[in-house]
Amino acid sequence: MASMSASRPATETLASKAPTDWSGPAMTARIKGRYRSEFVFKYAGLAALVVAALFLVFLLFTIVRDGASGFRSTDVKVTVTYDPTILGIDQAAAKGPGGKQLIEQGNFQGLLTTADTGLGVGTNVVSEGAWLVLREAVIADPSLLGKTATLWVPTRSNFDLLAKGKFDLDAADEARGVNDADIAAYRQLESRGLLKTGFNWTFLTSADSTTPELAGIWGAAKGSLLTLLVTLVLSFPVGIFAAIYLEEFAPKNRWTDMVEVSINNLAAVPSIIFGLLGLAVFLNFLNMPRSAPIVGGLTLALMTFPVIVIAGRVAIKAVPPSIRDAALGVGASPVQVVFQHVLPLALPGILTGTIIGMARALGETAPLLLIGMRAFVTEIPSGLSNPATALPVQVFLWSDDVARGFVEKTSAAIIVLLIFLMLMNSVAIYLRNRFERRW
Amino acid sequence: MSLTVITLLLFGLALVAFTVGRGRAAAFPGAKGGVIAADRPHSRPNYHGAFVALAALAPALIVVAAWGLFSEGVVGDAVIASVPAAERPATPLDRSSFLSEVKGIASGEMEAGFNPATGPAAKVYNETHDTYNLIVGGIAAVLLAIGAIWGLARLKPNFRARNRVEKAIMGLLIVASLVAILTTAGIVGSLIFESARFFNQVSIIEFLTSTTWSPQTALRADQVGSSGAFGAVPLFWGTIFIGAIIAMIVAIPLGLMAAVYLTQYADSRVRSFLKPLLEVLAGVPTVVYGFFAALTVAPAVRDFAVSIGLENASSSSALAAGSVMGIMIIPFVSSMADDALNAVPQAMRDGSFAMGATKSETVRKVLLPAALPGIVGGVLLAVSRAIGETMIVVMAAGLAANLTANPFDSVTTVTTQIVALLTGDQEFDSPKTLSAFALGLVLFVITLILNIYALSVVKKYREAYE
Repeated sequence: MASMSASRPATETLASKAPTDWSGPAMTARIKGRYRSEFVFKYAGLAALVVAALFLVFLLFTIVRDGASGFRSTDVKVTVTYDPTILGIDQAAAKGPGGKQLIEQGNFQGLLTTADTGLGVGTNVVSEGAWLVLREAVIADPSLLGKTATLWVPTRSNFDLLAKGKFDLDAADEARGVNDADIAAYRQLESRGLLKTGFNWTFLTSADSTTPELAGIWGAAKGSLLTLLVTLVLSFPVGIFAAIYLEEFAPKNRWTDMVEVSINNLAAVPSIIFGLLGLAVFLNFLNMPRSAPIVGGLTLALMTFPVIVIAGRVAIKAVPPSIRDAALGVGASPVQVVFQHVLPLALPGILTGTIIGMARALGETAPLLLIGMRAFVTEIPSGLSNPATALPVQVFLWSDDVARGFVEKTSAAIIVLLIFLMLMNSVAIYLRNRFERRW
Repeated sequence: MSLTVITLLLFGLALVAFTVGRGRAAAFPGAKGGVIAADRPHSRPNYHGAFVALAALAPALIVVAAWGLFSEGVVGDAVIASVPAAERPATPLDRSSFLSEVKGIASGEMEAGFNPATGPAAKVYNETHDTYNLIVGGIAAVLLAIGAIWGLARLKPNFRARNRVEKAIMGLLIVASLVAILTTAGIVGSLIFESARFFNQVSIIEFLTSTTWSPQTALRADQVGSSGAFGAVPLFWGTIFIGAIIAMIVAIPLGLMAAVYLTQYADSRVRSFLKPLLEVLAGVPTVVYGFFAALTVAPAVRDFAVSIGLENASSSSALAAGSVMGIMIIPFVSSMADDALNAVPQAMRDGSFAMGATKSETVRKVLLPAALPGIVGGVLLAVSRAIGETMIVVMAAGLAANLTANPFDSVTTVTTQIVALLTGDQEFDSPKTLSAFALGLVLFVITLILNIYALSVVKKYREAYE
């Protein structure tokens, strides 16, 4: 046993060593050190989570802080005389048949710029789109023509921001972002009580615009809804069918392996690649319309499909085999077993996965940019092939805009997007808790 | 008549076919329930009905779907052909804007186009559309009738309608699962096809090794500053620098420690509060992270850099984009590490405790080494996700292709460039737009390799402990 003794020359020293003094100063210090590192390690873990939590809180805080004011807008009270000569509307004809069309063509823009609006300040206060309010008023009541009326119209973005205190008025002129004339006009109007800040219905009901005070989120929201509708209609049935086939019927062979590998890989392919696919195949090869929800929906459907398949397979696998055996035992065919017994039991799980997939599709931006859904669309899309944009793309577009008023709009749009996501995820959580069975 | 109406009509007719077939089958002797099986028809009336409906609908729907896929192209060509040659739009972009004007006028949403030729073209558009739709609808209706008659003729008490219907359902299931392969093939095919066109114009060696990236190609020969250099090395470096280095420096320690705390220390009450928090972090859309990175983090990073004496710090620094991306990846790293730690057998943990090790010693000296392959696999998946991430870098990283290791400097990434190259006005055949597909191909191949390798590592690791 020469090798043994060679490898353990310490036998003698070990034997001659005194027993460890566990309560001695050296050992107490060592144990203390060990407990200290235990403490540090544990709280390092907690600190990591706290950092993540703080980041999230800070992110949400800044967005709510900046975005809350986006839901409010400032109006100014103007007194206008609906002068038919400036408007170019024949008073008598306006009351007759076809009068509405006549009024619609009236020069309300000119009225606002030339006529006295009773504000008495040097600069232009009202928004570019304020004339629409006047037009609406006259369409609603044609007898207003020739009369004088007071009404609230939206202000220019600068006044809106002044009213919300978004400018640092103590800063140097060039850093302030607003000129002295505007500030003076604002102070004067404010003191006369001609300004009011209220809920911004324009933001919730209109589409994009070049001027911040007229821009709204509804166009993008509807574009997102149409896109998601296409995505759901395509990816949900196809995803379930593929999941059923792979989990219940697929034979073990090379084809099945290929399908499985493709699905797992597709789930991990960067989303922008799907945008390239959509651009090359749907737009350039099939000549489908650019910027349309149908193309966006198709592209996102390809992206959501693997998510649904994977969730569906998990849900189907969770249904115990005894259910299948019992159904087969009373004479159901394999297809009947799946569609009449397994699928209804797996459906809550599949739905949960689908909603999560749809939520991801709702937040997805990159592929939509590539298929042209970043277009500047001022009309609310009414169909699947109309040009449209989507909520996250709208966030991106506004975040790029130099006009100062868009900062709060961007954050407000993010709030709308996050509310939608929260709703979808709550439904998913509800479904999971309410219907999912543990066997 | 629009395609939607035609499709709905076809479904209505199929429903009629279904009712007729079911009625036939219900009238079979013994359909109301024979005493012994031999007295009853083989299949229930519903299956007979479904068989007839399927026989009627399938061919008709295929024709309509095929038409729906190609109609825009065919009608568009017909419309363009109707326009006098002199007024015909020249480039593909002009063509598509011309056609969208035509469509706007045709559907009555627009009164008149900017291009006077669109007025008559809209008429042609409507007429061609109607004619073709009528022809296709007619063909579909005839096919539907033939199918229904053929189906009805086959109904007999001993006809195995259920087996036929189930076979059709099975076909549908197989087709659905083939969508995955088709999508993959579509991605690979379109990327390779477009990249091949790019590499016809630009050498692949230059693309992969040159360090100058300036994709603006000259529109005129004498234009200055539009060299059209396609050396993608700075892009690859920027992608790695932001996604694989800075983001991982943030995400790996934080994600790993979060997973250790959640699996080893936190009691269930704390866990039920902290885990959803990570899920929320994972659920925030990337465009929101991008906005935050660009508006809040990037200026802060710049101010910090200036305060420590770096005068030319960029306001779109690699550090801002990378660190926000790292935060975004934390939940992902954490859940992968969570899985890996949980897969370590309990016996190893118990053994370590029995030797008197503290929890942190067990984690550091037993669990982490044992779980290392799983964690490495998870980190690789996280890297693949970070380099494919688009919105954060598009919004917070710059467009300047710098080859620098200074985190306060601006770098650009593959995904940023793809978006920059493909948005805005584009002529489709220029090397500038095609280069985006070449970049996409590189991105796809690299993420694919990372994913496959990482998944195999994770799988092997799991098997080792089973």
